[in-house]
Amino acid sequence: MKTVLRLYVTGTTPRSLQAIKTLKEICEKDLQGNFDMSIIDVLERPQLAEHEKILATPTLIKELPPPLRRVIGDLSEKEKVLIGLDLHSHS
Amino acid sequence: MNVAEGAGISKIPTGIPGFDLISYGGLPKGRTTLVSGTSGSAKTVFAAQFLIQGILQDHTPGVFITFEESPDDIRKNLLGFNWNIAEWEDHDLLAFVDASAEFGHDHIISGTYDMGGLIARIEYAINKIGAKRVSLDSIGALLERFDNTTLIRRELLRIVTILKQFGVTALLTAERTEEQGAIARYGVEEFVADNVIILRNSLFDEKRRRTIEILKFRGTDHQKGEFPFTIRPNSGIVILPLSAIELTQSSNFDRVSSGNDELDHMCGGGFFQDSLVLITGATGCGKTLVANTFLNAVNGTGNRAMLLAFEESHDQIFRNARGWGMNFDQLEQDGLLKIMCVYPETRNLEDHLIEIQKNILDYKPSRIAIDSLSALHRVGTPKSFREFVVSLSSFLKFNRIASVITSTSAYGLDGFSVTEEHISTITDTIVLLRYIEFYGEMHRGLAVLKMRGSSHDKQIREFSIDGHGLNVGRPFRQVTGILRGDPQHVSLSEMERLNQLFSEDKNQ
Repeated sequence: MKTVLRLYVTGTTPRSLQAIKTLKEICEKDLQGNFDMSIIDVLERPQLAEHEKILATPTLIKELPPPLRRVIGDLSEKEKVLIGLDLHSHS
Repeated sequence: MNVAEGAGISKIPTGIPGFDLISYGGLPKGRTTLVSGTSGSAKTVFAAQFLIQGILQDHTPGVFITFEESPDDIRKNLLGFNWNIAEWEDHDLLAFVDASAEFGHDHIISGTYDMGGLIARIEYAINKIGAKRVSLDSIGALLERFDNTTLIRRELLRIVTILKQFGVTALLTAERTEEQGAIARYGVEEFVADNVIILRNSLFDEKRRRTIEILKFRGTDHQKGEFPFTIRPNSGIVILPLSAIELTQSSNFDRVSSGNDELDHMCGGGFFQDSLVLITGATGCGKTLVANTFLNAVNGTGNRAMLLAFEESHDQIFRNARGWGMNFDQLEQDGLLKIMCVYPETRNLEDHLIEIQKNILDYKPSRIAIDSLSALHRVGTPKSFREFVVSLSSFLKFNRIASVITSTSAYGLDGFSVTEEHISTITDTIVLLRYIEFYGEMHRGLAVLKMRGSSHDKQIREFSIDGHGLNVGRPFRQVTGILRGDPQHVSLSEMERLNQLFSEDKNQ
């Protein structure tokens, strides 16, 4: 099953860029291409943030496979991100 | 306080009943006000009502940012007040930002973050409906969900700053852990310290008492101290602005009959139309009779009378009236008499007051009797009772209703009951009824203790009760110590000696 990831950020702040960079790394190295990833800027699409009840940014949501997981922060602590996404065994 | 700054702050009327009076015009416009209170102090109702009154007043759109209850719960809860949130949402008059915690939304934290998502959603909601009012309820719930209190406080400050830039007037609720002490948990008042309101729900003597206090409005004035409020089924929070009612009512010398010629005579020609008469005496000595006599006298005046009965049922009252030769049935049939029988314990004093005021405004009586005020004393705390008495009496005076209020007391002058301590100074007339026993026989005495603005009979008259009601007779002679509660017979020769004593004094 493909891993579906959504990253919610606020504009192009250093924090957003850091999160995007880490996420791309994870997708390439840890998911080995088997993923569906998108980045949503809440300033442009606030309705989506409302729908997902996003408070903190950046927020990374793993929609699939279940269970749903949320990681908040700039993802700079990569180990924690992998634990949060249940991907630790792959690393 | 900086005068120049104060001049620049205008207020918006909230529409919350009573609030605009105690705040001298409403909430400071374009600013954020902190509303702090313990659990169950009606913070959420206050926050929601602030938005709803804006909609009801002039269709002012508002945004409700909820951190605690889900929008669905809020919609359901507010339907109890007949507020149809969903309908206003459809008309873009109200929008939710749902920041409530949801099951399964736990998170892991990796690195730094901010509340950018929340802020983007708030800005979006405000822009979408053109909101002028915003409520955030309650920030404690937000602080509990994230580990970094310092960061959340900084982000809240950012939100407050953004709200200011939008020019919206906002309410921010926060928890307190106890009724007295720190304003709010987490020291949140530090960044919205401009305006602070405290809601209390204190327990005293097994009775609850809700109050609201404006702690500060920076740069602008407001009434000080706590004001009682109640939560009503169809109007939400209703604040009773006690001291806001001023003694500005005009006064004149119009008199109304007490229903008894002799008693009128003793009062120098009847009670004043805009006066409060207190009938005080021991149980069973004729207070209800005096009150009913007063009501019965409405017959033929073309005006209406109202009785607020807290001790007897409708049927009992009518039976008693018949026994005294008064035709209450006819008066009621003619629409000249309305009787409100209420069991004191059915509601709290704040609700009693609102209910009484509503009925009076609907019926517009020119005279009213309350029988008895003492029955209400057991319902609330002493402070609530005092406020009730002050509010009710100023309301009656403001509406120029001649009022007779009965109160049960064991003693007369030397020991006023608690009820009377609160009311005796604001009454214009006090009529004292006493049992007087001498030579093994029971008599009843009546005296006018006080008659503001008029001379009155200083004698203690004997009175009797029969099939025609009240009969005021001759003054007691040869008796002394009636007021003290210890009547003593005085011989004729002793009276003569005493009279002599005073006349000799005069001659010198």
